[in-house]
Amino acid sequence: MEFSSLYVKEGRAINKAKGSLLVAESIPGVRFNEIVDVQLASGEVKSGQAIDISKEAIVVQVFGGVSEVDLIGSRIRYKGETLRLPVSMDILGRVFNGMGDPIEGGPRVIPEEYLDINGEPINPAMRQPPAEFIETGISAIDGLNALVRGQKLPIFSASGLPHNRIVAQLIRQATVKGREEAFALVFGAIGVSYDDASFFMRNLERTGALERTVAFINTASDAVIERISTPRLALTAAEYLAWRHNMHVLVILTDMTNYCEALRELSSMREEIPSRRGYPGYMYTDLATMYERAGMISGREGSVTIMPILTMPDDDITHPIPDLTGYITEGQIVLSRNLERKGVYPPIDVFLSLSRMMKEGIGPGKTREDHNNVFMQSYAAYAEGSYLREISTIIGAEALSERDNIYLRNADEFETKFIAQGEWEKRTVEETLDIGWRLFSALPQEDLKLIKEDFIKKYLPERQE
Amino acid sequence: MGKIWRVSGPLIIADDMKGSQVYEVVEIGEEGLVGEIVGLEGDRAVIQAHEDTLGLRTGEVVTGTGMILSVELGPGLVGSIYDGLQKSLLTLGEQIGPFIRRGVKATPLPRDKKWQFTPRVKEGDAVGQGDIIGVVPETELIEHRIMVPPGIRGTVKEIRKGDHTVEEPIAWVAQNGDVKELTLLQRWPVRKPRPYKERFDPAGLLTTGMRILDYMFPLALGGRASIPGGFGTGKTVALQQLARWAQTHLNIYVGCGERGNEMADVLSSFRELKDPNTGRLLQEKEIFLANTSNMPVVAREASIFVGVTMAEYFRDMGYDVLLVADSTSRWAEAMREMSGRLEEMPGEEGFPAYMGSRLSSFYERAGMVECLGNPGRQGSVTVAGAVSPPGADFSEPVTQNTLRIVDALYALEVTLANKRHFPAISWLTSYSLYVDAVKDWWNERDPGWEDTRAGALKVLQQEAELEEIVRLVGPEALPEDDKLLLLVARMIREDFLQQSAYHEVDTYCMPAKAGLMLKTIMKFYDLAREMLDAGAGIETIRSSPMVYRISRMKDIPNEEFEQRAKELWSEMEENLTTGKRGS
Repeated sequence: MEFSSLYVKEGRAINKAKGSLLVAESIPGVRFNEIVDVQLASGEVKSGQAIDISKEAIVVQVFGGVSEVDLIGSRIRYKGETLRLPVSMDILGRVFNGMGDPIEGGPRVIPEEYLDINGEPINPAMRQPPAEFIETGISAIDGLNALVRGQKLPIFSASGLPHNRIVAQLIRQATVKGREEAFALVFGAIGVSYDDASFFMRNLERTGALERTVAFINTASDAVIERISTPRLALTAAEYLAWRHNMHVLVILTDMTNYCEALRELSSMREEIPSRRGYPGYMYTDLATMYERAGMISGREGSVTIMPILTMPDDDITHPIPDLTGYITEGQIVLSRNLERKGVYPPIDVFLSLSRMMKEGIGPGKTREDHNNVFMQSYAAYAEGSYLREISTIIGAEALSERDNIYLRNADEFETKFIAQGEWEKRTVEETLDIGWRLFSALPQEDLKLIKEDFIKKYLPERQE
Repeated sequence: MGKIWRVSGPLIIADDMKGSQVYEVVEIGEEGLVGEIVGLEGDRAVIQAHEDTLGLRTGEVVTGTGMILSVELGPGLVGSIYDGLQKSLLTLGEQIGPFIRRGVKATPLPRDKKWQFTPRVKEGDAVGQGDIIGVVPETELIEHRIMVPPGIRGTVKEIRKGDHTVEEPIAWVAQNGDVKELTLLQRWPVRKPRPYKERFDPAGLLTTGMRILDYMFPLALGGRASIPGGFGTGKTVALQQLARWAQTHLNIYVGCGERGNEMADVLSSFRELKDPNTGRLLQEKEIFLANTSNMPVVAREASIFVGVTMAEYFRDMGYDVLLVADSTSRWAEAMREMSGRLEEMPGEEGFPAYMGSRLSSFYERAGMVECLGNPGRQGSVTVAGAVSPPGADFSEPVTQNTLRIVDALYALEVTLANKRHFPAISWLTSYSLYVDAVKDWWNERDPGWEDTRAGALKVLQQEAELEEIVRLVGPEALPEDDKLLLLVARMIREDFLQQSAYHEVDTYCMPAKAGLMLKTIMKFYDLAREMLDAGAGIETIRSSPMVYRISRMKDIPNEEFEQRAKELWSEMEENLTTGKRGS
């Protein structure tokens, strides 16, 4: 991080150092949450933040912990600034660390301006309701959980599931129909392994998307506190591109579970009262202040779409991390270990997945007139089939009626033909809907209650025996 | 005037604050951030800041305003969009663009707009608190009745007909030698309930257009309801539907700590949708409060009270008002955050011990009342609050504290939502204690209501019991009459309880249509049972074209329904009887 301002204040009197906190004697004029440098006796400089200021004392949280800080030789320099990111169009194609410094060996960015990494909330009355369909080429998403511009749609994954491959496919394929517009990708890697980070970077390189990408990478071995700033830097860069330069920006954040773990770690160091499972009570608000930065603004061109990835600890969707995320985001794509075991790629659990913005993004003029009906009917049929499958494991398929057996087979075909597709297969939304219709043709026609009769006449193919 | 002594997140402690009072509004620092004093200790004041405190320094000035946190009441409220502190978001948008910056002020009511005021009293009349002295046509749907503020009584010395801004005096009232100037604008502290003459029990149906509410678990005017549900169960959609279609005079939508995009969606839909009875745009009877989850936390705490104070104000005019709050859990979290900073002894899950009483102080402001003043009139405030229990676990403190106060519970279930059964209101765990309160209302319109309702609920209950057996032996092993019961239960669930918020017709279902729909299904049940008794097989009934016809009832417009239902009934008699003869 670079600052133009001069160091204005400096203090030596540190009374306490523990965990990541320093308690120092008060100096007038220090700002709440301002950034400080802690200079050790050895000359090494650590960054920190003033998290509680009063006329008695100032509490500083030191990024990277207080190891090697001594109470006599260390000095605190107050920089009079909150954390800011230097930005210009030159950030495209660059890779930064969790403090906003370039790490790929290139020169520093010559900034057009410095932006507060916390951003400013969008006035809800000035938002444009998102309604532009993004075609990802993945049937389970386009057909059943459509993504629109300005949405925040997370992927709830679990360890060992192919979320990285799905996101990579999505990045390769995502387009908005019939439009050629300025598009950019912002990638924030939070506490991920080196391999995961390089998987994405290689992928971007291979598809030639790298020059349209800004990456912020905090690997597992980097400082924990930088996991707090990494997603904020990424979003600040995204906002800059979207609102200043009218670009459509997709932000990928992985893995938000690491972010929440870091938040818990810091909270416990601050001796705050924990809420569920030790996570701080403000975790909902903290996550919301980031995810809410997605959106579109009426009268402006650009958009910020956020796709965070998180791994559900112990595959548990009620764990505070996925739970609070689900309360904030506009739906979720949930991956299923069960489907993965059956060899279905992408293993998207259709029942738990949801896109709240879908209804605005689909329909005549956007995708196709029958989209909503196909979605509802596919869903109902698959639900019925899955229920029967559950029963048939106890009582056997022979004890079911012929009609029930049709649904049972339909559920299997839905998984292997509709949900499953190749990693390099890009299906148009029409192709996706047509697969849906082919599956309907095996069902009793009077059961297609959720589809308008006109559409049945128009789209239902002849029954294949 | 005081000085900042300490800053810790939204908590500020200021020195030299002698003479301040608790809940007084203060302006903090150079930017004049809004805060509220929550405690006093000697000359030190504990302040909760309603705006972001980033970058504040010790020693910055804190100024008391001498006012308790209040709302502005008067013409201009309807159709407005406010943040949690009643700043007009549209005005802010015009002033500073699409992003919200702290410290910027925006008056709640437009100061330059002139309103046409028609007096209802004349010079020399004696007036007291709550008396309506005149009216302003605020929108086509709302006549804004200007009332004498509480605490004022006397003789009208002068009253001015004509066009006035909210700050211009419109009337002068002589009171013990004193003359009080009245304007269209009045203020009221948000945490103090507005006075009324007498309070009644909730009575009469609050028509919502949602079948499962109106027919099965009715909400009464002046009632209190809670809608808890895990994420994705459709809390927000349910509340939006309430705010859209509730047949009240005015609805207030409080978005408290929720999503910005959804708020944008609500706002734009209210600019397009029309009230089914009057054909006017919905925004003519709606006030919005939007304090999204990324806006300052502490203002969430205020937003709920700001909303309910406005609701009471319109109640006092003699209107039926519905307030929906999405979500009270975020409000409780704001309380927890502040309580933690104040280092109070935490109660359950870190929530402060006073959370329960704070929640009741909000819900208790619902009710049906005889308003103060002349002419005599009744008004009501109905409150419906969403709760977002972590992990969809209803045993958590916010849900449990809420359940102690409310009389109607609409429990949203994750399993129903996963099956895309919407509204995902569980018919087994939800309840309404207002069944008696709306009995008269229903009996006047639909004498069979109680029996039909009880009959349908019984079928659903039996289905739940049979479901256990089905899981062991399979559906085909059941006796024929149980198979029929399952079929009918399924029809009740899919063809009656399920209701699409996005279908142009189905989104609003008049109570009369709801009643006929359910009666049709129950009639089908009766006829089908007769068929079974006469020896017909379940397959004949299942494959009857009537099953499909009944499933399409939802699509029939409200106005045509009575006629079409008649046709359906005669068809049913013929069809299902033919089946009987045939066997």
